[in-house]
Amino acid sequence: MLVAKRVTVQVKGVGDGLVVLLGEGEWQEVQRALFAHIEERQSFFSGAKVALDVGNRILYAGDMGTLRDRLADRGVSLWAVIGNSPTTESTAQMLGLATRLSTPKSERAASRNLDSFLEGESAILLQRTLRSGFKVSFSGHVVVVGDVNPGAEIVASGSVVVWGCLRGVVHAGAEGNEQAVVCALDLTPTQLRIAGNISVAPKRKGKIQPEMVRVHEGQVVAEPWHPKEGGR
Amino acid sequence: MTATVVTITSGKGGVGKTTTTANVGVALAAEGLKVVCIDADIGLRNLDVVLGLENRIVYDLVDAIEGRCRLRQAMIRDKRLPELYLIPAAQTRDKSAVSPSDMVRLCDELRPDFDWILIDSPAGIERGFRNAIAPADIVLVVTNPEVSAVRDADRIIGLVEAEEKGPPRLVINRVNTHMVKRGDMLAATDVLELLAIELVGLVPEDESVVVSTNRGLPVVLDGKLKVGQAFANIALRLKGETVAFTELDVKSDFLHRLSKMLRAGGE
Repeated sequence: MLVAKRVTVQVKGVGDGLVVLLGEGEWQEVQRALFAHIEERQSFFSGAKVALDVGNRILYAGDMGTLRDRLADRGVSLWAVIGNSPTTESTAQMLGLATRLSTPKSERAASRNLDSFLEGESAILLQRTLRSGFKVSFSGHVVVVGDVNPGAEIVASGSVVVWGCLRGVVHAGAEGNEQAVVCALDLTPTQLRIAGNISVAPKRKGKIQPEMVRVHEGQVVAEPWHPKEGGR
Repeated sequence: MTATVVTITSGKGGVGKTTTTANVGVALAAEGLKVVCIDADIGLRNLDVVLGLENRIVYDLVDAIEGRCRLRQAMIRDKRLPELYLIPAAQTRDKSAVSPSDMVRLCDELRPDFDWILIDSPAGIERGFRNAIAPADIVLVVTNPEVSAVRDADRIIGLVEAEEKGPPRLVINRVNTHMVKRGDMLAATDVLELLAIELVGLVPEDESVVVSTNRGLPVVLDGKLKVGQAFANIALRLKGETVAFTELDVKSDFLHRLSKMLRAGGE
């Protein structure tokens, strides 16, 4: 083919927003192509909600923040960044952006062989405090070394373990797994869900102790957490 | 001289960002340091009123950024403290008149001439907030000891960390001393435990703040008031001095717990 190698920018509409697929290339080049594309179709993009699909590219907070601001200058609001790299995903989450489109099973999910192979077995480790507004959704287990503050949310298809204070909203076994458990050193969640069961933490009695919550005969029960005994 | 840029923010409105900015600015200037306060709340300007400089505004922040005046012309010098300047916000425009990179450029221009640049952020987490924190070296998060303000402060801290600004520092404003004495306000320690960032200010609730705000005379100018001293202490701590938290003069379990917390936090 005699087509000169240039960065591609593809746009497609989904629901009430747009998905922009960025092609391969240097990040500077890609950005240039993207903004050229937007400027050519200013009236189309003005006021649009855009999800960016960045593929395998790794983006850090600086790059993503700048991009978001530059897009905002052109009246485009960035609401999601979709990518294959966990770094990119966590950056997007830190900036309060979504990391997947609302349709859960995209073609991309099918291509993630490793993930689906490990489904239910894989886990992510978050070594930070999850502050208000921070949301983690993960297909597998979630382990947090730090606190989960009120206003933060964890959704996991597996279990959730918090080495710290759990005060936010947590949903374990989100895809229906009733065997999932939630453990924390100090367990006072705003709301706790396991599969389809919802419970609210009772007022604390006695001193703080590590607890484990699971579903037992259709009831959400909390009991002292003795990791040695191994739970389920 | 290279100024340190301090952005005062909160998330929730009405917790005392502007009061803190004005008083810390005055306290630093009273120490003989060159200070400029920038009101980044474009469209809802307040800082000029609190500092009592409202009637002297000719040009504002947006004029300076859009090149309708020189930066010097937008700076209002305080009559009481010759080292204190204010760059007021525009009242007839909105947040979109300024971009984060404009703020960075503006502060870089000011840095050589000042010791401290204080930026009063608008409430919220949108454009105005991003404008305000873009040039910050230090971010001060102001909160009140109540659940909604703390929730918003927590969100703000997460956003500041995501912008790679380092952990912000905390000011707990409007702590009610009577409630502390009654043992009803455990909130301050709980606040600190939840937010887990360095505390630089603990300001008691005081009616005279309302009076001083209306008159345009920051409370810190009145050396006798405890609340003024609390703001002055924030200025000292920003300068790197160690000042004990004696703002709340109560011998209670509260202070004991607080000092225990602080030790645990400063490991």
